[in-house]
Formats: sequence, structure tokens, C-alpha cells
Amino acid sequence: MKKGKGMKFVGDSRITAEKVRFIPKDYSEYPGKTEAFWPNFLLKEWLAGSVFLVGFLCLVLAHPAPLEGPADPTDAAYLPLPDWYFLFLYQLLKYKFASAQYFVIGALVMPGLAFGGLMLAPFLDKGKGRRPNKRPISVSLMLLGIIAVFWLTWEAASHVDWEAKAEENRPIPPGSTVEIDTEDPGYAVYENNCLSCHGGQLEGVAGPALIGMEYSVEEIKQIAVEGIGDMPPGQFNGTEEELQQLAEFIVATNEQAAEDH
Amino acid sequence: MLQKIYDWVDERVDITPLWRDIADHEVPEHVNPAHNFSAFVYCFGGLTFFVTVIQILSGMFLTMYYVPDIENAWRSVYYLQTQVAHGQIVRGMHHWGASVVIVMLFLHTLRVFFQGAYKKPRELNWIVGVLIFFIMLGLGLTGYLLPWDNKAYFATVVTLEIAEGIPYIGEMTKTLLAGHPEIVGAQTLTRFFAIHVFFLPAALFALMAVHFILIRKQGISGPM
Ligand code: HEC
Repeated sequence: MKKGKGMKFVGDSRITAEKVRFIPKDYSEYPGKTEAFWPNFLLKEWLAGSVFLVGFLCLVLAHPAPLEGPADPTDAAYLPLPDWYFLFLYQLLKYKFASAQYFVIGALVMPGLAFGGLMLAPFLDKGKGRRPNKRPISVSLMLLGIIAVFWLTWEAASHVDWEAKAEENRPIPPGSTVEIDTEDPGYAVYENNCLSCHGGQLEGVAGPALIGMEYSVEEIKQIAVEGIGDMPPGQFNGTEEELQQLAEFIVATNEQAAEDH
Repeated sequence: MLQKIYDWVDERVDITPLWRDIADHEVPEHVNPAHNFSAFVYCFGGLTFFVTVIQILSGMFLTMYYVPDIENAWRSVYYLQTQVAHGQIVRGMHHWGASVVIVMLFLHTLRVFFQGAYKKPRELNWIVGVLIFFIMLGLGLTGYLLPWDNKAYFATVVTLEIAEGIPYIGEMTKTLLAGHPEIVGAQTLTRFFAIHVFFLPAALFALMAVHFILIRKQGISGPM
């Protein structure tokens, strides 16, 4: 007897004395080839998972996680943006019908209806049919919702110059406590060529700060001669040796700065 | 040897039924991409779980360096990012995982929705799934503040302003989240940290357990 009073237990526990053999579940409901989850299917799943993991790690290696400068509440010019999956809500709150006196509509009513509807979908869409063409209302509402979310996200994201924003907010350690080695032969070259725009402490004046960069010596040499972006070419005047000293000085200062924090 | 250990434990604790519930079941043909490639849409749920595991593991390692304090939070992240061996990779996995998990959840939700798989008898599991989605969004929102850089700080200020705008309970909600009616600062960071690593994960684990138990009980939905 499997159930009820006739059951025998091991000692005073709830473990049945009789071992029941595993009988595979009957999937005759779905005719076709079923497969045991363990180990057959899991092995294949493991393969698919590995492929996914490799792709994921490539993404991670190619794009390091961004980090901006430390929070500065006095930076009034900063353009606040949420993470990308909240952009659609953020964009919604910019429209007239969803902001100021209608704020409640944009912040509560519309998202509330959308997400409430999503949550209660099984009770709103009670028909028997499962195929999309059997339930046109719920499917078209969902499609409408998806289009709205994609469109709002696009509207919010396309107006932002992401590269310029990242460039402006490079993570520079606070207080820039880097000791600038003014004795370095490279500093003299720096003083003559670059100081006017990049500042005596490499803190940036007309040009950006030169601390917190990841350029190599070669790249700095190239920038010094050819310029970059808004920096005009030909800023450097001197010998090849001086150029080398200059670039090495800037790279060494950056390495120093990275180590201090 | 392993078999002996298993038998020894099994005799006392009867783990075979447990094992059977977890692993010993058949995978029907219509969800198996090996038979019909279009069945790959059934993978999104599993991939969501996979990324969640990545998030848990990478997050555990991040807390080995992260300091939830406004003076040191940013510095600890910067240090992790630039100095610690593989720190950049671990943080990168957590950063990108947070996005990928939302994408996978979205695809999984769409699969279930367009197949009508939420219909009777699976209504409860659909609701649990939507709650998991909300928890994930909450994890994204709170985790975004933790590096305490400019984008984190200002996004949180806006989020809290929105919360404050809710009629009647707005101010209370804001104070509850930020730790102060006006200041977004030290208290806010520690609260978001606690929510991010304790409260929401606890809720997430409970909901995931219910989600999976219900799937094993009800089986996967049949072909359309
Ligand atoms: C006329 C002013 C000016 C002078 C002089 C100048 N720069 Fe620049 N520099 C700039 C500006 C402006 C930029 C920003 C370019 C951009 O990104 O649009 C810049 C950018 C740079 C960058 C890239 C910074 C980054 O983070 O991408 C480096 C490196 C650099 N300068 C090195 C030098 C060196 C070395 C010298 C001396 C040989 C020098 N600059 C002289 C104006 C100047």
C-alpha cells in the first residue's frame, strides 16, 4: 500500500520503508519523442549554456563597466539619466500630458494600468484559446505596449550624446592628490607645449584633464603631434627625444594616479 | 564510494523523491530545440536563471571590496576596477548581467504571453513571474546607486523625486528609501545597499522557489 494506514515507515520518521521505483512520467498527452531531463537533456543544455557564457564574457571583456567621477551634488549642469531599462518611464514623464499637474497620470496611472494589466492578464484574458489569433484583444494590447516602450526608450536615448557624456565624466580620483613631479625632464617639455591648455597640475583648463586616461606612450605622442578632437594638431614643438620624455611623463603620472586610489 | 554515501544518506533521509522531483523527468518534444529548433524560445527562462546565478556569484565577490559609505564607495569601486586582479571582469559581469537578465526576462515573458501559457491552471505562476520582474527592476534601481558616481547619484535624486510626487504616501516613501526627507546621502547609500543585497534577494529567492515548484507540479505547458 502506497498511501493511508497501511504505510510502513522507517522508525518514527516519515520516510516510507518500501522503496518505490521511479517510473517515467507518461507524456502520451504530447505524442513524439520525449527525452530524459537527466542526463540527456541537461548535457545539451549545458552546451547551449556554455555558448551563451562565452558570448557574455566577450561582451564583458570588450566593454568594461562604466564608472563616472565620484558623486558631486553641486554639479548643477549634470544631466541625470536612469539605466536604460527605465528610460521609457523617464521619457514618459517629459510629455505635457504626463508631467506638472498631470504628473500623477504619468507616474502612477499609466504605468499602473500597464503593469497591473500585465499582472492580471490571466484574469482579463480568460478564453480557452491559447493561439494569438484566438485572443486578438490581449495580443494587440501587448503589441501596443511593446511598441510604446521601444519607442519611448528610443526617443529618450537618441537625444543623448553618450560618448560626450562619458568623456565629460571620466572617473578622476577626488582632490587629484597626484604628486606632479616637476623635476621630471618631461615636465619641462609639458610646461612649454601643453600647460596653457591642460594646466600646471594636468588638471585641465581649456582642454580636459590629462589624469585618469588610459593612453599608451605611443598614443600620447601621436596626439601631441596630430591633435585629437578639438585639440589642434602641431601643439608639440621639439625633438623626438623630448616628445618621448613628455609622453612617458604623462603616462607615468597617470599610473601614479591610478595607484594612489 | 559515492554510491555508498548516497545510499547511506538515502536510507535515513529518503532523498530519492527529492532528486526525482528535481531531475528525473521527461522533457517533452515540443520544448526541445534538438527536435525542433524553434523551441529555442523555451530557453529564455533557463537563461534568466543562469544570469541570475552569475549575478549572485559576481555580487558576492563584489562585496569583498565594496564599502557602502559615501566617502569610500566610489574609491572602493575605482580600486576594484583599476587595481584588483580580475576586478574589472567581475564588476563587468555584474554590470552587464544586470542588463542581460532584464532582456532575458523580457523575452521569457513575451514567450509565455504570446503562447497563452499563463492560462488556467498556470495563473498563479504568471503572477509570481511578474513579481520576479518587479524585483529585478528594483534590484537594478538600487544597484545603480551603489558605485556612488555622478550618474548613480543624479539618477537616484530623480527617482526619489518621482517617489515623492506620489500623492499621500509620497513623502513617506521617499523618507523610507532615502533615510531623510531632504538629503540624498550617507543614509540613502546604506539603505539602498541593504535593499540591494538583503531585502530584494531574499524576496527573489522565495519567489523563484515558488516559480520552480509550481513548474514541477504543473509541468510545462503543452504544445499550442
Ligand atoms: C590649444 C590648447 C591645447 C594645447 C596647447 C594642448 N592641448 Fe591637448 N587637448 C586640447 C583639447 C581642447 C582637447 C580635447 C580634445 C577633444 O576630445 O575634443 C585635448 C585633448 C588631449 C588629449 C586627449 C585627452 C583624452 O582624455 O582623450 C591628450 C592626451 C592631450 N590633449 C595631450 C596634449 C599634449 C601632450 C599637449 C602638449 C604637446 C597638448 N595636449 C596640448 C587642447 C590643447
